[in-house]
Amino acid sequence: MRIETWKLVLVALVFSIGVLFALPNALPASVRASLPSWLHPVNLGLDLQGGSHLLLEVDIKAVFKEQATSLVETARSQLRKESIRYLGLGASVDGIHVTIPEPEQREKASELLRKIDPGTEMVVGDNGAVALRFTEFSIAERRRAVVGQSIEIVRRRIDELGTRESTIIRQGDDRILVQLPGLQDPEQVKRLLGKTAKLTFHLVDHAVSPQDALAGRIPPGSEALPLADAREQEITRSVVVRKRVELGGESLVDSQASFSEGMPVVNFRFNGQGSKRFGAITVENAGKQFAIVLDGKVISAPVIREPILGGSGMISGNFTVQTANDLALLLRAGALPAPLTILEERTVGPDLGADSIQAGKTASIIGLVFVACFMVLVYGSFGLFADVALLVNLVLLLGLLSMIGATLTLPGIAGIVLTMGMAVDANVLIFERMREEFRLGRGIVSACTAGFKRALVTIVDSQLTTLIAAILLYQFGTGPVRGFAVTLAIGLFTSMFTAILVVQLMITAWLKYARPKALPI
Amino acid sequence: MMLVRRFLPQDTKFDFVSKRLFAYALTCVLVVGSCVSMATKGFNFGIDFAGGILMEVKTKSGPADLALMRSTVSHLELGEVALQEFGAPDLILIRLQRQEGGEQAQQVAVVKVKTALGEGYDYRRTEFVGPKVGEELIRGGILAVVLSVLAIAVYIWFRFEWQFGIGALVATFHDVITTFGVFSLTGLEFNLTSVAALLTIVGYSINDTVVEYDRVRENLRKYKSMNTYDIINLSVNETLARTFLTGGTVFVSVLALLLFGGEVIRGFSVAMLWGVIVGTYSSIYVAMPILYHFDLRSITKGKAAAADVETGDEAS
Repeated sequence: MRIETWKLVLVALVFSIGVLFALPNALPASVRASLPSWLHPVNLGLDLQGGSHLLLEVDIKAVFKEQATSLVETARSQLRKESIRYLGLGASVDGIHVTIPEPEQREKASELLRKIDPGTEMVVGDNGAVALRFTEFSIAERRRAVVGQSIEIVRRRIDELGTRESTIIRQGDDRILVQLPGLQDPEQVKRLLGKTAKLTFHLVDHAVSPQDALAGRIPPGSEALPLADAREQEITRSVVVRKRVELGGESLVDSQASFSEGMPVVNFRFNGQGSKRFGAITVENAGKQFAIVLDGKVISAPVIREPILGGSGMISGNFTVQTANDLALLLRAGALPAPLTILEERTVGPDLGADSIQAGKTASIIGLVFVACFMVLVYGSFGLFADVALLVNLVLLLGLLSMIGATLTLPGIAGIVLTMGMAVDANVLIFERMREEFRLGRGIVSACTAGFKRALVTIVDSQLTTLIAAILLYQFGTGPVRGFAVTLAIGLFTSMFTAILVVQLMITAWLKYARPKALPI
Repeated sequence: MMLVRRFLPQDTKFDFVSKRLFAYALTCVLVVGSCVSMATKGFNFGIDFAGGILMEVKTKSGPADLALMRSTVSHLELGEVALQEFGAPDLILIRLQRQEGGEQAQQVAVVKVKTALGEGYDYRRTEFVGPKVGEELIRGGILAVVLSVLAIAVYIWFRFEWQFGIGALVATFHDVITTFGVFSLTGLEFNLTSVAALLTIVGYSINDTVVEYDRVRENLRKYKSMNTYDIINLSVNETLARTFLTGGTVFVSVLALLLFGGEVIRGFSVAMLWGVIVGTYSSIYVAMPILYHFDLRSITKGKAAAADVETGDEAS
């Protein structure tokens, strides 16, 4: 057995790279700042550095329902215009349905309906039943657009809060994963994400008396909307507005919270077109009321005293400083195309994170000491070789985790501790094999060589099965558990490298320089 | 230096295969007992799977008044509430059942609890898992366990022979069931990290089994005339020192995790500790004796021509 140069070079090279990439983890933050950007410490998961993890779902059904509702309106007006009789016109999640009772009008009706939305296909049933269904393609397109837009709005809202280093990514078909490191109290974020913030301006329908509204006698083009500060079920406190949207939140260019007569208000400014439109409305409807509606509730319904031509206005409602700030922020960031639901939340405070890091460090060091002592007690100098390899393994593992930008979580640390226990298995296999071969009468050099050679197949076989478990765990696990799978898998590779190659070099050198007569184990 | 290794018995000649009926009986008792516990006692599912809300709070001053906190939170009428000390007298874990009324209702409940408890606490952790995610996590967990057991069995089948695959499959199945049994019997919380522990146990146990199977394969080639009974016994004995030494290193590293790794991963550590023991047992007493029931000789006879017998004397 001799020391092969390529092995020595390979180990030296890999070890240096490992040290280089592991180094930032050991340096204080001040030194770290001067390092190039590709040298960074390992990412800490939210369970270690503290922060908030929110899984949101875009309520895509609401979008299709809304779209179907507007299709119903279009269909109704089209059919009426052509004096076609229809029955049971209504909306569902996947489209609209209607029945045309007169057989001779059916063809004409089909022709009309077919044209109203290119994203639908027509399904003709018995007795004049007709349905328009959204096509698969249009559903997919729409879903993509809506989720994409939602991510954009979520990002803008969170950026407005000044949260740093947030991660906002799409997950699956219609989910958004939001990770906010360092955030202690996600209440504000949740409050902001819980609103679609769809702002619209409507004219108040003065033709409907409060009594009519109460009795539900509201003409088709109008609807009763509750006041924003009304409690649930309090239908008396509603305002009847025209359904027609005069102006929408998309026409706003800026909004700020401020004070007017000592009360918090929200100032806003329209863009050029919005200003013109707003001016025109206020000119035409002076003396009448208009309603500012947010997410289906009337925030305020001021009387238009004089034409407003400057393009800016003010919303005064029952605001606190907080709610005025929130609203201003929401209007600046824009409306969500669909409501969001929080499916999962995991928030870890910085204290617990710090405690977990501490516990992880302690467990790692003690684990290392335990395993190292165990090996020395059992195998003496060979155990020492294995321990050196174990240390190299830890450096490589940390370096590799840092290099590929993996996220270290608490279960991930557990994975590292576990890896230490399992890493020396390769050495145990090799050393045991050496003993056997030596006792069979081989010379010491021959026994050592055969030990490595024969144990190799077993090592690979046995480690690969653990790798299979780790891969599946990564595939089906989430969050911290994935961190565990990653450290376990990487630890398998680094430990095979160190336990075999590094130990082999050490033993070869020992054989060469100590010229032992017997195996020391 | 006095090496422990020198004190370990050498050339053990334990007859493991003869104890197989006793081992099968014990295995059956363990598996059936686990199943009975699972059926009657069930699991203490964590919020990952059961859904609901979990909060870890720390009092700002002194030990927590658990009774007061309990009555405060239970007056909110949020259904089943559990409070427990979490590793230290000022740390309390609050667990609320999944709230009726969809995802929104969970949020409302969190705010209610925070308002009711007032200012005297720091919220170290707040987690809530809604019904949808909970169901998906369950599905993912089951899939991960089933697939990994199957994938490993298939791997063994390819690397060895189908008889070995079956032995590994049965042994792994035994490990999984009895680990479930331990979770059920002790009431240890079963959550996502438990699944991680379960898969690691499977990996570890198979690791052990593979080392022993490897030796069986080798001995089948080496001792052409030895019968299966002796081959199995010889292989277990030859690998016995390795089995216990590796078990020892893993055991001490898991012990470090259990003692110093903190409260959050205690469940994981306990499960792993059990795993080391059961994994070692199942390799020796389940995976190996099963091979006895197959005619292993017939495998090697058919392949004797193809399989080149290893030659190892090429010392340089």
